[in-house]
Amino acid sequence: MTRRLAVVFRKEILDNFRDRRSLTSAMLFGPLFGPVLFAVMISFALDRVVSSEDALVRVAVIGAEHAPNLVEHLRRSNADIVPMDVDLEQARKMVAAGLEDVVLFIPVTFGEEFAAGRPAVLQLVSDSANSAAEEGVRRIRLMLGAYAGRIGSMRLQARGVSPAVTIPIAIDEVDVSTPAGRSVLLLGMMTYFIIFSMLMGGLYLAIDSTAGERERGSLEPLLTLPVSRAVLIVGKILATATYMITALALTLFVFAVVLTQVPLEDLGMTSNFGPGTALRIFILMLPFALLGAALMTCVASFTRSYKEAQTYLTVVLLVPTLPILFAALNTVRPSTALMLVPSLSQHLVITGLMKAETVPISYLLISFISTLVLGLLLTGLAIRLYQRESLLG
Amino acid sequence: MIEVHAISKRFGQVRALESASFSCADGKITGLLGPNGAGKSTALRILYTVIRADSGSATIDGLDVHKDSLRVRERIGVLSDGAGLYPNLSARENVAYFGRLHGLSGRELDARIDQLVELLDITGFADRRAKGFSHGQRTKVALARALVHRPPNLLLDEPSNGLDVMATRSLRDLLRRVRAMGVCVLFSSHVMQEVAALCDEIVIIDNGHVAASGTPDGLRAASGKDSLEDAFVSVLGSGEGLA
Repeated sequence: MTRRLAVVFRKEILDNFRDRRSLTSAMLFGPLFGPVLFAVMISFALDRVVSSEDALVRVAVIGAEHAPNLVEHLRRSNADIVPMDVDLEQARKMVAAGLEDVVLFIPVTFGEEFAAGRPAVLQLVSDSANSAAEEGVRRIRLMLGAYAGRIGSMRLQARGVSPAVTIPIAIDEVDVSTPAGRSVLLLGMMTYFIIFSMLMGGLYLAIDSTAGERERGSLEPLLTLPVSRAVLIVGKILATATYMITALALTLFVFAVVLTQVPLEDLGMTSNFGPGTALRIFILMLPFALLGAALMTCVASFTRSYKEAQTYLTVVLLVPTLPILFAALNTVRPSTALMLVPSLSQHLVITGLMKAETVPISYLLISFISTLVLGLLLTGLAIRLYQRESLLG
Repeated sequence: MIEVHAISKRFGQVRALESASFSCADGKITGLLGPNGAGKSTALRILYTVIRADSGSATIDGLDVHKDSLRVRERIGVLSDGAGLYPNLSARENVAYFGRLHGLSGRELDARIDQLVELLDITGFADRRAKGFSHGQRTKVALARALVHRPPNLLLDEPSNGLDVMATRSLRDLLRRVRAMGVCVLFSSHVMQEVAALCDEIVIIDNGHVAASGTPDGLRAASGKDSLEDAFVSVLGSGEGLA
């Protein structure tokens, strides 16, 4: 019994290992894609956090000498003034070409109109299609607005009118989000990338050992051997789970390498994604390998062909996102009951570990055991599905 | 020794087998002859335990194919339609995998595989991966796989399908040699000449029924015809579907 199980297991491991193309996609694509994409997304998030604080905004100014007070105001509001000596037409071309994000054009007539109390015209040249410049343009516009508001108030006061008259409504915006809170979605992505690369690691073998075997015509001879179908299917599931665990280890390794390059603490996460955290995540994810392998095997055993199995299993790749998405949208707090839900429990625990919060050991245990039990149930289901006559098509 | 008693099998509305009975003796080659869709494959698949008969019973060496299926499987070698191999394993590894699942291992298994490699003339491609094998090569490896555990009963579904003349000849030689060892050989075919050339006993299946059975001479005598071909036609009512 166990000897035959080992024979099936070894054959599936070897068979899949020899298929270079699927091995590459399982062991390179999955484990690399997730961590690298994660790091890129974190870098973008960090960029936004930093730029919304007190970074200098570069603005090219033409005719700065016509409005020295305005320019001084901009400079004090953290604008990096770059005086330029070109005409408006050239400025437009430079912005269109992306050489400058934003150019402020102050005409010769500015001072004259300003002094006369007429609206003094300025030209702010920007490219609204350039999303990288969007933030800078917005801030320059705010600075200009603040300046205009101040001058307007002073003029009213000079005429004996309270500036409050012009402000019928005052809006006081309160943003309670913290850098750590904003990172919840990102951490959700991280859990999903781990799950995704695990499923990718086992996907090919799950298809090949079921739908593929049937399509090739090797399943029928296999079923004429003095080995129970339960042993065959368990051997296949264990081989699939082994590839998933290998993919998991690779993914965590790449995460560990990549995340040393990203200043996580700025997002309120622990920056030491070291061996300790990686090992805990590894153990936490182990039962998910059985669950995923059994789930993919069950789904693939319903399908008629390799192609069909691929189509259905692509949907399976998306299923674990649903609880994570739910958690991210509803800002779910970890609880004992939620530890019973696979993928969500792993997500909540990983999030906790990454934020350097203390995660109760009972959470880890419940998550581990409930996922393992569900994996065993699905393995039982796969065995039952393999007893069906229609399996052979 | 294979004995089939009144087995029936339906797939939905289709009646594949209708109370079919026949038997095959040890040391004899029995041919299951009939047009396409007559129920030959269904009968073989019930015998090699991958599907269950709705009614009736079948035994191999006295063991019930359903109730005792694991022990039956120890006593049969099977060449199924299509002869599917594992493309990433070599010919030798394909045979070894089945040998191990039959409980063979070590030097015993290696020696047996060497023997089969020579017997079936696999030497030239024994260590190549099965990915690019021709149909004839695949059939040879699948035969070696079916024989690896020296089964006392050999069941073959359309073994000569898609084989060229030389391959067919060597298949016949092999089956005769296996017969000489006392193995009970049962194979299905829709090719009359092949059955006539090889079989000691013939079971003619038509529309799920056993239309006639017996030795080639017996069939000729019973139908009062001189040639086997005429005898088949008279049994089936027409020559339709037979090649």
